[in-house]
Amino acid sequence: MYLGKVIGTVVCSVKDEALVAKKLLIVERLYGGGAVVAVDAVGAGVGETVYVCRGKEASFAFKETEVPTEATIVAIVDEVQRPA
Amino acid sequence: MILARIVGTVVATRKDPRLEGKKLLICQLINPRGDDEKGYIIAVDTVTAGVREEVLIVQGSSARMAYGCKDTPVDAAIVGIVNQVDLEP
Repeated sequence: MYLGKVIGTVVCSVKDEALVAKKLLIVERLYGGGAVVAVDAVGAGVGETVYVCRGKEASFAFKETEVPTEATIVAIVDEVQRPA
Repeated sequence: MILARIVGTVVATRKDPRLEGKKLLICQLINPRGDDEKGYIIAVDTVTAGVREEVLIVQGSSARMAYGCKDTPVDAAIVGIVNQVDLEP
C-alpha cells in the first residue's frame, strides 16, 4: 500500500458491470512515482491525500462483490508524521 | 488500473482453449494527459472496445475478475472505455 494524492477523475460510460456507480480517481504516488487509476471505496475527492491498496487485495475492499480492480483507495489521510 | 490507447489487434489461431472467443488488443500506455508513455501491453477486451479508443486496463490477478475472465490465463483486461479525464489544474 502507499500514499498518493488524488489529482483527477476518469469517466467511463461503458465499463464492467461491477464498476458501475464506482468513482474512478487518478492518484499520483507521493514521494515519487507515477499515476494510476484507482477505484474509490471511501468517498475521497480531488486534492486529498489517500491510502492506496494495490494488487488483488484491492478488490477485497468491495467484498462480497468481485470488482476487477488492482488499485483501490481504502483511506483518506488526515496527517502524516515523518521523522525530520 | 492504467490508461491506454488501443493501437491494434492480435490474431492467434493456436491458443489456450479458455482464450477462444476473446478479443486481444494491443494497447499503448498513456498518461492522464493523453500523451504516449513507454511500453504497450496486450489486453483481453471485455467491453467491446475498438482501435484508437482510450481504455481502462486492470492488470495482474484482478484481471480474472473482469467479465468472462474467471479461471482464464489472463493478466490484463480492458474493463472500461474512457469518455473523459479531468485533471486538477
